[in-house]
Amino acid sequence: MSDLADLTIHEAGAGLRARNFTATDLLDATLRRAAVTEAHLHAYLTIDHDGARAAAATADRSLAAGDDDRPLLGIPVALKDNMVTRGVVTTASSQILAGWNPPYDGTAVARLREGGAVIVGKTNLDEFAMGSSTENSAYGPTRNPWDTNTVPGGSSGGSAAAVAVGSAFGGYGSDTGGSVRQPASLTGTVGVKPTYGLVSRYGLIAFASSLDQIGPLARTVADAATLLEGVAGWDRLDATSYHGDLPDISGSLEAGVEGLRIGVVSELTGEGIDPEVLSATRVVSDRLSDAGAAITEVSLPSTEFALSAYYLIAPAEASANLARFDGVRYGLRVDGETTEEMMAKTRADGFGPEVTRRILLGTYALSAGYYDAFYGQAQRVRTLVRQDFATAYERVDVLVSPTSPTTAFEIGAKVSDPLAMYYSDVCTIPSNLSGDPAMSVPVALDEGGLPIGFQVMAPALGEELMFRVAAEVERAAEFTVRARLATSEVDA
Amino acid sequence: MTNWEAVIGIETHVELQTATKMFCGCPVDFGDAPNTAVCPVCLALPGALPVANEQAIEGILSIAEALDCTLTETSLFYRKNYFYPDLPKNYQISQFTFPVGVDGHLDLEVAGETTRIGITRVHMEEDTGKSLHQGETGRIHGAAHTLLDFNRAGVPLVEVVTEPDIRSPQQARAYGAELQRIVRALGVSDAKLEEGSMRFDANVSLRPQGSDRLGIRAEVKNVNSLRSMQRAIAYEIDRQTEVLEEGGAVVQETRHWNEESGVTTSMRSKEESEDYRYFQEPDLLPLYIDEAWRRRVRARRPELPAQKRARYHDLGADAQVAALLVDSPDLGTLYEDAVVGGADPRPVGIWLTGEVVAYLRREGKAIGDTGLRSGDLVELAAMTAEGDLSSTAAKEVLGAVLAGEGNPQAVAEARDLLQISDVSAIENAVDEVLAANADAVEKILGGDTKPVGFLVGQVMRATGGRADPKVVHELIRTKAAG
Ligand SMILES: [Zn+2]
Repeated sequence: MSDLADLTIHEAGAGLRARNFTATDLLDATLRRAAVTEAHLHAYLTIDHDGARAAAATADRSLAAGDDDRPLLGIPVALKDNMVTRGVVTTASSQILAGWNPPYDGTAVARLREGGAVIVGKTNLDEFAMGSSTENSAYGPTRNPWDTNTVPGGSSGGSAAAVAVGSAFGGYGSDTGGSVRQPASLTGTVGVKPTYGLVSRYGLIAFASSLDQIGPLARTVADAATLLEGVAGWDRLDATSYHGDLPDISGSLEAGVEGLRIGVVSELTGEGIDPEVLSATRVVSDRLSDAGAAITEVSLPSTEFALSAYYLIAPAEASANLARFDGVRYGLRVDGETTEEMMAKTRADGFGPEVTRRILLGTYALSAGYYDAFYGQAQRVRTLVRQDFATAYERVDVLVSPTSPTTAFEIGAKVSDPLAMYYSDVCTIPSNLSGDPAMSVPVALDEGGLPIGFQVMAPALGEELMFRVAAEVERAAEFTVRARLATSEVDA
Repeated sequence: MTNWEAVIGIETHVELQTATKMFCGCPVDFGDAPNTAVCPVCLALPGALPVANEQAIEGILSIAEALDCTLTETSLFYRKNYFYPDLPKNYQISQFTFPVGVDGHLDLEVAGETTRIGITRVHMEEDTGKSLHQGETGRIHGAAHTLLDFNRAGVPLVEVVTEPDIRSPQQARAYGAELQRIVRALGVSDAKLEEGSMRFDANVSLRPQGSDRLGIRAEVKNVNSLRSMQRAIAYEIDRQTEVLEEGGAVVQETRHWNEESGVTTSMRSKEESEDYRYFQEPDLLPLYIDEAWRRRVRARRPELPAQKRARYHDLGADAQVAALLVDSPDLGTLYEDAVVGGADPRPVGIWLTGEVVAYLRREGKAIGDTGLRSGDLVELAAMTAEGDLSSTAAKEVLGAVLAGEGNPQAVAEARDLLQISDVSAIENAVDEVLAANADAVEKILGGDTKPVGFLVGQVMRATGGRADPKVVHELIRTKAAG
């Protein structure tokens, strides 16, 4: 074994329980890796050395005492910086929250702490999770470890890059329109958007409340399952959280796909999708067929409208969600002659251009005289998307498609063209609109050596089925390459 | 000259006295130091989420049900967007389409006439924090700075909106008072106008008498008592009448009532009015009130003021006394207990709403702080009915009982107030008075009954007021006529 930082969570957990190394050793390896990679990647906004050391020491005491049955005990994880952490600065990559030190933990964060996970730090994102490249950060972009001239995707690009390069064993992001799955696809990691409501949103800084879900980023499907199980479950602080039996995700990974009906989304097999991505998707589908699944093409006719509907619904909700950043109670304040002027100046200075664009768009979409044509119409499309999925799931058990229409693109390539950037989420958005789970699994590299992701979608609460297929995809693709930066610079 | 008819609709906000706020676990307690009853949710910290308070939902359901509303099976929360420093999220969670209750009514009795006021909607929302403008004027204009207290932010607020069915300032006041009684009877709020736990806004417009079209309305805000609502509406009617008589047009606007100067002044016109960009609150699920829940709410409905007034009336109180007793539930309870205990309802009602109220007001006491119990009223009523006490003496006894001097019998004995109703004892006094007033007797014999009252008075004086006037009266009539 070359470096502890390259272990999977399952390998690391086994080693901890076998007393081969300690949680502090894992953390040291993680921090050493970060010390090398951060200068190139900027995955983290904050590394909480003290907090992480204390958590690792606590984990080591639990391990020594034989209190070792929590799966994430002693595992270093990275949190997207829109997850509220008590005592650790949380900014959502925005100037408007610069230096904000939260007085509380979000529910997912609290569960990770209870589970003994070691929170390494807070990772970069597109400001308020608005973007697909992690370039819209007030604190500078994150780079893709596979090629530092390219983006890691977004908005959870920081967590994705950290997991890919080994400066965290697992990571968490939030997925509103693909913000976990698309960076997973671009960084060769596994990324999951759970069923809406499976993970509490309490303490996730809201972008679009009806679409946001916290989800894990991992190096393997099994690690992703463990990370998801570490935060899933009902929370009385989130009225939209699911109150019922949880799927047995980790228990479903070995079941195979024999006899399953898998539908390939026909709208995502042609125009607008990179040919290399398409051919990698076809190869995986063929292998799933070889493994005993019945593959058919299934149509989701509303897919072509889903992107437009999303870019009305998400900004509309965001325009209200971000209204609280007004300089009155916390965060940035730019003084003015009147309260109104103070608020206006604070918001003008505090929000970056993409956030401003979406607030304006959303405000407009909700305005009297425009509501029906924009927000109302978008909601009708959302209903159609749900109906399309329901119809599809009468015929097949799961749906598959590419995760991202392209592999990682160069930094700056789409910054001046928002519509091209928005198109990055064309494959992932329908699942946010429907609320159903979806995940991305890395399956191949393109000719430029950049990873390609494969998306598996399932009906609501169909995580068992989804992970079962994803695990088979992982086995079939035999994708074992790790990000170059990690191997060339750290192991050298 | 046109005869103008006033068309008035009222929006009422009622703060519910729940244990915790509408969407978080903070206590609803107005005595706390500023910004102590707060948490991430009601301060709108990043990432915090609302969860609806079931006790508040029960509260609004009981109000909507008491106003005979149709309770909406699937009711929705909305975000009402506007920027204001004391509104932490810069949107208020409220309702828009599908409020909790619709199509209700409240029957008002003013001067013996019953008017049905339609209730358009009853909806749930949350209160804002409080702004304290520091500076010379105390108003936001000219303030040097503003202090914010978020203890009130997120307190459950019920809004009750009427149809434009109200026609006069008096009726508006009667509506406000009756709604206040209902809310108090339900036990969901103390509904104190002066403390802001109940607040009224009035929409006032005029139209030519007989017209069925609505005129342009002004909304009057900042009325902090029932009296000021009546005054503000009366002023607004006069103002609009003047505008219309002069050939002008009423402007659709919000107007601020100034209690000291007694006038309304313009706050903002419709052109400046805001677009609230309502959209359904994605952080909350629809509120589903199934038939079983609606049945439970109906079953729990307590006796409402109108029913209670009718019952007291049936128990023998006249309309005015019944109304007074309903407004003072402690006295109402005493009344009920005394009447059920066998007391004559009429004098008990008059004592309670007369002497007792005056005593409590004078002494600044609550009824529980006095010596008066329902048994005393039963005893006092019996002594009066049997002629042991004159009505004047009964009032004196009542005062002494209130002051804690003992029960009526003991007080009457101690103060030597027991009435002489023994005929032979009174007869001597009557004979003396008749002998001393031969002129009067002469007149009575001549068929003029006027002096009878004078003679009765003379006998009462002679007996120190202790003779039973009925017996005296009877004796004089028979003796003088005999
Ligand atoms: Zn609170």
